[in-house]
Amino acid sequence: MISIQHISKSYKDVQAVRDISFEVQKGELFGLIGPDGAGKTTLMRILMTLLIQDEGKATMNGFDVIKDYKKIRNIVGYMPGRFSLYQDLTVEENLNFFATVFKTTVSENYDLIRDIYIQIEPFKNRLAGKLSGGMKQKLALSCALIHKPEILVLDEPTTGVDAVSRKEFWEMLKKLQEKGITILVSTPYMDEATLCNRVALMQKGKVLNIDTPRKLVENYSRKLYAIKSKEMHRLILDLRSYDKTDTAYAFGEYLHVTGKNDEVEASEFENFLLKKNHTKLQVFDNEPGIEDVFMDLMQE
Amino acid sequence: MKQFIGFLRKEFLHIFRDPRTMIIIFGIPVVQLMLFGKVISTDIQNAKIAILDQSHDNITRKITSKLLSSGYFVLGEELLPGEDVESVFRQGKVKMVVTFGPEFEYNLERDGKADVQLLADASDPNTARILTNYASGIISDYVKKEKLQNIQLPDQINVEVRMLYNEGLKSVYMFVPGIMAMILMLISSMMTSISISKEKELGTMEVLLASPLKPIQIVLGKVTPYLLLSFINALTIILLGVFVFGVPIKGSFFLLMGESFLFILMALSLGILISTVAPNQMVAMFISLLGLMLPTILLSGFIFPIQNMPLPLRIVSNILPPRWFIVIIRNIMLKGTGIMYIWKETMVLIFMSFTFIALSIKNFKIRLE
Repeated sequence: MISIQHISKSYKDVQAVRDISFEVQKGELFGLIGPDGAGKTTLMRILMTLLIQDEGKATMNGFDVIKDYKKIRNIVGYMPGRFSLYQDLTVEENLNFFATVFKTTVSENYDLIRDIYIQIEPFKNRLAGKLSGGMKQKLALSCALIHKPEILVLDEPTTGVDAVSRKEFWEMLKKLQEKGITILVSTPYMDEATLCNRVALMQKGKVLNIDTPRKLVENYSRKLYAIKSKEMHRLILDLRSYDKTDTAYAFGEYLHVTGKNDEVEASEFENFLLKKNHTKLQVFDNEPGIEDVFMDLMQE
Repeated sequence: MKQFIGFLRKEFLHIFRDPRTMIIIFGIPVVQLMLFGKVISTDIQNAKIAILDQSHDNITRKITSKLLSSGYFVLGEELLPGEDVESVFRQGKVKMVVTFGPEFEYNLERDGKADVQLLADASDPNTARILTNYASGIISDYVKKEKLQNIQLPDQINVEVRMLYNEGLKSVYMFVPGIMAMILMLISSMMTSISISKEKELGTMEVLLASPLKPIQIVLGKVTPYLLLSFINALTIILLGVFVFGVPIKGSFFLLMGESFLFILMALSLGILISTVAPNQMVAMFISLLGLMLPTILLSGFIFPIQNMPLPLRIVSNILPPRWFIVIIRNIMLKGTGIMYIWKETMVLIFMSFTFIALSIKNFKIRLE
């Protein structure tokens, strides 16, 4: 459905995207995961025909993003990273406007957006600028869906949205996927990666790895420890200064730590930390998550 | 078409929901016209003068009362012979001193010749010139009509002056066309450029571009509301000019509105052109205000005559659209001339409109960069 071949794009002095290639299958929920500046937005804008790539070729449903840009603009729904609806129009006016722009009406495609729109319908006469973050996202999604797109491109839809709304949002995406819509979504949140069918881990304009979230984790071969003590800040400094430590990152209430050459035992960390007078110390083996995979890839 | 109407609807909602836009569109024209027409008037009224009458006879008294009843002057001070004239000026009490020579009536009757001196405070040269002109006009008018009717002077040349098309030399005749040019330029160019660059700034342009809307639909959708509003503005200014300030429309009203329409179209296309260059609202406003407003006021012949400008500025003034529009309205409103006499200026405006439209279309981006 989406095909990207050797796409590169640079701005004046920054190379935003370097030689990226991947395919997204029809009906797939595909995630672009990576921190700010990874090139996610640039890649999406190229696909949305809003930017022209320097090199490479990309097609959306077989249409070339440069030559057939008009056709693509008819079949794709797009939600940019910033909230891009008219703040001085009401919820209903926004929705009606985007419906007419895409030569359709709200009632014609109401089925598709009903589940989402029904939650903001009580506020349909409120100005869009006065909605909460979660409601803005729902409205933006409704507007992006109003013309029954075949492909949905969402640029960091859950950034700046509370945890509950995020969860709801992903449930909505799952439902849309069941209706056969191909979805390309980007996010800086690692925990959302597991909700995608496949993900591309991106950093500094490059794709580090593409696979299903589960396979990515399964292929993680490092030995990982979770460590906790009473003084977390000193703990991370101490561990990073330890010559047998490879990486140490904070994840929630634990530090995820790998040792050099993966043969460092849990007891070695424990002894080292006890010598440093850490109290309430816990050290145990840990199952890796997608974050650990990402951190590991970033190291290389 | 439905797409376009939907877009128009949205534009009108933007305009009517934003109080600042409404003030700019409907408040500024009226306030500005009133300001220029009533307050910042270059007409002289009730200027304070002093009289130094060394003769105190019948005629000097009559001339004095003529001066004071003209409405242009009021008596600030009566000076006695020998008093220091300069100190009166220094104190700033009066703008002009009228001095009659001794034995004024006697000299006038006997020789047909007498001395009046007009001393004006030329620290403000414009006012000084206007005051002395008025005063000498009133004095010679009186002498000619009242005293010299029966005296035949040999070989005298009578210079008769008439100010055609504006007999009263009212400055509002000059301001109405100027204000109209300025307001239409401001509203049309600034508002369109701001409203397009606002979409860029708020990121909504990204969504519009990613939609099947054609660039021409976006541009026309942006322009049409302001075309209507500016046209209403042009009408308001003309009506205010006619009914409040008594400016005549001697020529064809429809020609006047037609030319205004052309000018608005030109200003709108200039606004679009600005928006294709300006990345955000601030820059758009800056270009419109500094690049359009100031030259319009200073260089278009609105206030300062173009003939008096140095050559480089005269050349610059030719590329300012209001310069041509002001000539057109003055011709239609004050002189009552038809299209035959203003076709050149009209052609210039048409040419400018096409140039701006062509440049805008060339510059309008169907993508983000």
